[in-house]
Amino acid sequence: MDTVINILNSMAREAIAPQTAAVAIAVIGLNVHFGFTGLLNMGQAGYMLVGAYGFAISVREGAPLPVAILIGLAASVVLSLVLGLPTLKLRGDYLAIVTISAAEIIRFIGRQPLLENVTGAAQGIPGGDYRVPFQDLSFLGAGQTSFGPWNYFNTGVNGWWVRVVAWGVVFLGVLIVWLLARSPWGRLLKGIREDEDAIRSLGKNVFAIKMQALIIGGMFGALAGMIYVLPSSVQPDSMGRQLTFFCWTAILLGGAATIFGPVLGAVLFYATRIFIKGFANATVPDSIMNTQQTEQFSWIVVGVALMLLVIFRPQGILGKKRELQFNV
Amino acid sequence: MSDHDQSTQLAPPAGAAEPGSTKSDPILVVDNVVRHFGGMTAVDVGHLEVQRGVITALIGPNGAGKTTFFNLITGFDRPTAGAHWSFDGSALDKTSASRVARAGMVRTFQLTKALNRMTVMDNMMLGARGQTGENLFLSWLKPLWSNQEKEIRDKALGLLERFKLLDKQDDYAGSLSGGQRKLLEMARALMSDPKMIMLDEPMAGVNPALTQSLLGHIQALRDDGMTVLFVEHDMHMVRHISDWVVVMAEGKLIAEGKAGEVMANPVVIDAYLGAHHDTDLGDDALLEEGSDMEEQLADEVAEEETSREDQA
Repeated sequence: MDTVINILNSMAREAIAPQTAAVAIAVIGLNVHFGFTGLLNMGQAGYMLVGAYGFAISVREGAPLPVAILIGLAASVVLSLVLGLPTLKLRGDYLAIVTISAAEIIRFIGRQPLLENVTGAAQGIPGGDYRVPFQDLSFLGAGQTSFGPWNYFNTGVNGWWVRVVAWGVVFLGVLIVWLLARSPWGRLLKGIREDEDAIRSLGKNVFAIKMQALIIGGMFGALAGMIYVLPSSVQPDSMGRQLTFFCWTAILLGGAATIFGPVLGAVLFYATRIFIKGFANATVPDSIMNTQQTEQFSWIVVGVALMLLVIFRPQGILGKKRELQFNV
Repeated sequence: MSDHDQSTQLAPPAGAAEPGSTKSDPILVVDNVVRHFGGMTAVDVGHLEVQRGVITALIGPNGAGKTTFFNLITGFDRPTAGAHWSFDGSALDKTSASRVARAGMVRTFQLTKALNRMTVMDNMMLGARGQTGENLFLSWLKPLWSNQEKEIRDKALGLLERFKLLDKQDDYAGSLSGGQRKLLEMARALMSDPKMIMLDEPMAGVNPALTQSLLGHIQALRDDGMTVLFVEHDMHMVRHISDWVVVMAEGKLIAEGKAGEVMANPVVIDAYLGAHHDTDLGDDALLEEGSDMEEQLADEVAEEETSREDQA
């Protein structure tokens, strides 16, 4: 019984972790790209890394918090322009190739020993260099608060403050996407996803609208990167291809082109993985699979689950099956 | 459009004419549109004028370059060099497809481009021009566009009723039949109040029951003062509704004139219609075995072969 409660507790803790919220925001951005507009962005982690670098370096160099956030967002806009200008006029697959390469290029540039004074190279930027102004904003005070399975410092490095802000941003992101998706602009995005040429023949500037969608989704990515690094540090390798694929798993799980799908997908993805890990730890003896191996086992199960999901429920949990029937 | 009364608008240019002849009131003037694909010249049109307010058909054998020509003048493809064309008085050289559409020349596609995973109503509403809510920065403020949205919806309902799609308005476009999708595409194009509508094979894949109503719709568009240019293979339709016929073969314009005269033109017969242009291509008798027609055809084929052998 104790192990069951332990597993449930750690699932609950993972579900509201700031990193989960950060991935949820990144997936909200990916949903604007892929779900609504049909843009294949295979480098959402690159956007996160750009946002995180922009934010962390600006704060370390003495910029006030709002300015640092704006710099992080502006960096993602520049990235969108650089990626989008040459590729958005071409067929969709080109954007996928360009984004995945760009994300890797950004990561490798961040790792360059030459840039050690700027990006901290492979060591990254320690959280203490940029976290303080954010913590100073906290009005939760000192001390510790316990609530169900959740017990954290009110402010702290990885406490309630960063959780409240992170999920507040998730809520804002959902609200913004809802406002945009119900508008005629959102209708245009879906039209472009279905058939660009048809929209062009109706006199709409398809390129400009795709660029707007790329920029908005990328800004969500950058915001996600900032939140991702707040309770830890800026590590280029923690925002690599793997994180992009987690984002894709979460969006397919929750349901693309839905409003709450990205959030549900991200929460379920991280909580389920903890469940698999905890369950395997508790039931399989160490002689067969030790703790380190159950960690790897949990990733394998996640991969298999993703395959089953795409085969048997391609619309995700919240998606509309009817929409997929006409996918020609 | 306004300074011409109905009668001159509807009167097609008289008689047969040389390809590229001048019209009294052209809405579309095309000069020197050339498109090479590698070493092949797909389209090489020297001069073409399309008369305002009439139905013009563009016909020609397979591979004549009709659809390529269509793509070129609607901005979906770029001419190889030095093309000039103007629509309703303003030059359109090198413009993008969306700008051509905004100028008032809206097209449909040979392979229908209904937006399958959107409802019929959403399809229609995308067709409307100048929507405030399509501006990203205003889109999140619903009060700014909700009134306009209502007007567009009413307009869409009117068009859907005219095209007999009203009871399908909440269905996904992907669930419509091929013919209904053609209707939807045409109705969607009309949402923008175009001056000229370009239909790429509007009858392809449409069942005969719908054909009649489609024909009626196209004629109604002309009667409303719109200019129609369409590409078509179905000779029935061309004879039936077109006021003027332009014939292309191997990328060039070879003839134009009224349907009857063009089809009697030996150049056209050679290029396209073959020796049997006056037989009804829609006649079932052609398909029946042992009919007189079949025997007659067989005889002629044999005759031709022997004459060819003689030459060789």
